Amino acid sequence: MTSSRLPNGGQIERAKSVGFTFDGRAYSGHPGDTLASALLANGVTLFGRSFKYHRPRGLLAAGSDEPNALVTIISGDVREPNVRATELEIFDGLAVQSQNRFPSLEHDLMAVNQLAGSLLSAGFYYKTFMGPAIGPLKSTRFWMFCERFIRRAAGLGKAGIAADPDRYERMNAFCDVLVVGSGPAGLIAAEAAAATGARVIIAEERPVAGGSLLASGEIIDGRNPAVWAREKAEALANLPNVRFLTRTSVWGYYDGNVLTAVQRVSDHKPNRTKGQPRQRHWVIRAGKTILATGAFERPIVFPGNDCPGVMLADAVRRFAVEYGVAAGKNVAFFTNNDSAYDAARTLSLAGIAVTTIVDVRPDVSGACRDIANILGAELLLGSAVTGTHAGKSLSAITVQHFNMTTGRISGAPREIKTDCLGVSGGWSPVIHLASQAGGKPEWDEDLQAFLAPEPNQNWVVTGSAAGYMDTISVLSDAATKGSAKSRLVLPSVEAPMLDSSPAPVFEIEPAGKSQKAFVDFQHDVTASDIRLAYREGFHSVEHLKRYTTLGMATDQGKTSNVPGLAIMADIRGISIPDAGTTRFRAPFTPVSMGAIAGERYGDLRPHRLTPMHDWHISNGAKTYEAGLWHRPMIYGSHGETIEQAYTREARAVREGVGIVDVSTLGKIDIQGPDAAEFLDRVYTNMFSTLPVGKARYGLMLREDGIVFDDGTTWRLGETQFLMTTTTANAGPVMQHLEYYLDCVWPELRVHLTSVTDVWAGAAISGPKSRSVLETCVTGTKVDNTALPFMGIVYGRIADIPVMICRLSFSGELAYEVYSGAGHGTRIWEALIAAGKQFDIVPYGLEALGTLRIEKGHVTGAEIDGRTTAHDLHLGWMLSKKKTYIGSAMINRPGLKDEHRLSLVGLISLDNQSINGGSHIVSDKTPREPADSFGHVTAACYSPALGKYIALALVKHGTSMIGKRAFATDLLRDKHGAVEIVSHHMFDKDGSRMHG
Amino acid sequence: MIIKCPYCGPRDVIEFTYQGDATRKRPDPSSTDQNLWNAYIYDRSNPAKSHREFWLHTGGCRQHLVVTRDMSTHSISSVGFARDSKHAGDQ
Ligand SMILES: [Zn+2]
Repeated sequence: MTSSRLPNGGQIERAKSVGFTFDGRAYSGHPGDTLASALLANGVTLFGRSFKYHRPRGLLAAGSDEPNALVTIISGDVREPNVRATELEIFDGLAVQSQNRFPSLEHDLMAVNQLAGSLLSAGFYYKTFMGPAIGPLKSTRFWMFCERFIRRAAGLGKAGIAADPDRYERMNAFCDVLVVGSGPAGLIAAEAAAATGARVIIAEERPVAGGSLLASGEIIDGRNPAVWAREKAEALANLPNVRFLTRTSVWGYYDGNVLTAVQRVSDHKPNRTKGQPRQRHWVIRAGKTILATGAFERPIVFPGNDCPGVMLADAVRRFAVEYGVAAGKNVAFFTNNDSAYDAARTLSLAGIAVTTIVDVRPDVSGACRDIANILGAELLLGSAVTGTHAGKSLSAITVQHFNMTTGRISGAPREIKTDCLGVSGGWSPVIHLASQAGGKPEWDEDLQAFLAPEPNQNWVVTGSAAGYMDTISVLSDAATKGSAKSRLVLPSVEAPMLDSSPAPVFEIEPAGKSQKAFVDFQHDVTASDIRLAYREGFHSVEHLKRYTTLGMATDQGKTSNVPGLAIMADIRGISIPDAGTTRFRAPFTPVSMGAIAGERYGDLRPHRLTPMHDWHISNGAKTYEAGLWHRPMIYGSHGETIEQAYTREARAVREGVGIVDVSTLGKIDIQGPDAAEFLDRVYTNMFSTLPVGKARYGLMLREDGIVFDDGTTWRLGETQFLMTTTTANAGPVMQHLEYYLDCVWPELRVHLTSVTDVWAGAAISGPKSRSVLETCVTGTKVDNTALPFMGIVYGRIADIPVMICRLSFSGELAYEVYSGAGHGTRIWEALIAAGKQFDIVPYGLEALGTLRIEKGHVTGAEIDGRTTAHDLHLGWMLSKKKTYIGSAMINRPGLKDEHRLSLVGLISLDNQSINGGSHIVSDKTPREPADSFGHVTAACYSPALGKYIALALVKHGTSMIGKRAFATDLLRDKHGAVEIVSHHMFDKDGSRMHG
Repeated sequence: MIIKCPYCGPRDVIEFTYQGDATRKRPDPSSTDQNLWNAYIYDRSNPAKSHREFWLHTGGCRQHLVVTRDMSTHSISSVGFARDSKHAGDQ
């Protein structure tokens, strides 16, 4: 291959060279090169195979709008697919693969897809694979058969499966003015804004500032425009109130002037500096946003327009001026506007021969004619390119007469030899961010392009993004948009007088059979696909997009949206804005998942530990997670199984005494003159009658009458209560209470404070629990008179103040001892020491669960958001003397239906354990599907009963008591006979806890 | 979206929890009119215009706010404490 590097020019460091590989082959380039420019300099014109047809594709563009040259970066096992070669800066050791080719880019077997072209036309998938099977070749089942072959043939790069080894950072930033883009408009707008003292952030997606100035043939303030831009950018970056971010793509615009950006911190470096992330993700909250995002050149749709060597006119210029690379030796241009003449002029300044300019317009301005004359280029007016000839890349074009008004082609085809065709179909202002912000674009007849709408947030658009296409008006617009009071002295500009309005020509439609004419290069959508969509009834732009996938590739149709719309508008005989617009969505360019996640990966949840956690661990507790909490499951010892351990612990509670950590219960301090009234409204039962120094079990419903939560609430004073909630519902209950106080009953004088983490709690349960307290509590008596059931006393343990309430979840004589969280372990240890002579046993959640299942007490497994108080046999708690949250809805027929599931107990009849979640069925043998009439909510081995038992919610629960059924668990292959019993399976009259 | 909490200042929406329609009025607690209660509990309007809604400043002062927000543009025209707007559901 021959080098296409020009002898001089370009903004690259020619003195240094950089080695990299493409498809395993070594190449070299210079610092400042992109992969695209370096490969092009090495004579590479084939960059990839197209999405559906595997057609050979070269470069179309030179920037973030490139649809064809997508590559995969390989780094060890890590693959980063779909990177635009035109944005990828090369470095020593960079390894890149081309995509969507098999077995190699040069010899692609899948190119047979081209022969089966009609098979893969728009709507192919829908027609072939959707719907019922009519004959063997049509159905979703057929799709399932074909999918793996088609997936291999059609697609972009493959993602890797190795873990991403890189580090990413997230940053939040605030500024008065965010300037997106640092071309001539961005630089001047930023300068004007910064002069007012505003805090300015400038985000530039490329490595250097300058935008269009980098490849401009104009002269600014008597200097090379790239040099002028560099100096201006350096001066701005040195200002204390300006932050200049290069390699930073602003990709999203959200409500409240919040914008997101990705900064490629070290993607361009062979070795990352220690501590440096690969990319940094920015969330920028801007007072005002200045969108100086420039414009994308559009291609013209014509037969054979995807041949490697056919490029955008501006891309040809950029490769020459910015990188010193000749995309061709004899370049031709095809245009509908003046900007291609400026590209031709600049190209010739860089030393590249321009042979021909084909223009669809019957006549052009004197300035254009002058340029053609000076370049010695043949000017073919009223003409169009109607075909391309290529081996591996472009060798010639076919030109014919073209009537702009009728769109008709005539005359004999003339073949013109050229190895590069620069195409310009006009310019589309980059309004993606403005569109994301919420505005509907507005069509501009002069520019034949969509412009940003009236701002709906605090943003302005400037420069070519606002439709100003010549440098002088760009600069003066930008100064005003940067600051209305700007007094900047604008630089002088020497430029040819060219007109920015293109002729309204988007497509050269051939008369007969011809080469494919591509609209969307990345998704292989052709002009005939759009016509097909129309014929099949997909007229609206939203239908067109979905039927053909036009504009739905990773480039979101940067180069294809307007030509696609124009073709549909032409078919329908309506104007382009009437055909519709599409709303751009974030991201502007693809963003890696790692950058968005930043350091938030792996286990992100906080871990909540009780004050006694360390004691549990050092005493053999096996813990598990209950919500965010880590709680002891069992205190295992001597090779016990889990069942043996909890059985031992539960038996100790029934026969002697046990101690369990209950610090995780939600605790809410409720104070105020109306606290009692408030509780009467939120609980189903009465709390205003509760004496000071007593606790009461309370039940809360949701407004719709379904049970929400339960717990005990203690009256600590006339106007002070301590509410406890279940561990899981601590947050939701707090939010529920806050809602009613703030939004429904603001007149109630009540204040809520979450004190869950303030108190450490230990429950000691069992017949010997009182003896343990008598041994260690000072300052109060704990006998049945001083501390009756549901009573509260204050005393000291180990000289630390404690609050003790006599209440029971286990059904045994039991107490909850609360102390300041910081004293939790000390109190716990004192209770253990005092209990030693009574053989006190610490117990975990498994034993706690066993004790409550034996007693038929409910928890979250039964309060599942579907059950009523009656379902859970808690109807006795529904006061008839008052209203409360949910009281208006509990009598709805559906909630009183006799077929509802209600709580029962189950006893295993085959002495086998019962699985939680099992269905209750009447079938003797496992069957699928079975008629389920209930399900198991919790199950255990009961040491008190010597049997495997469970709680279940069963249809007609109460009337089923005494009957036999089967608990079936097909997933875990378990099916066993059970007897349905009352949910009170142990100590039905509660004599043990009242004793 | 940024909500200007009257207590904490302008904060990102991530700090807040949406707490529902602020234009509903809870029926008189003693009312047994099932239609009224059904409407209060289940019916929600979603107008494409300005709407009042409750937001709880979960990650801040934990006050419920009444936010008047245009549902089609997300622009917020007023924010106040729910407790201050007497009978938040009246308007
Ligand atoms: Zn707040």
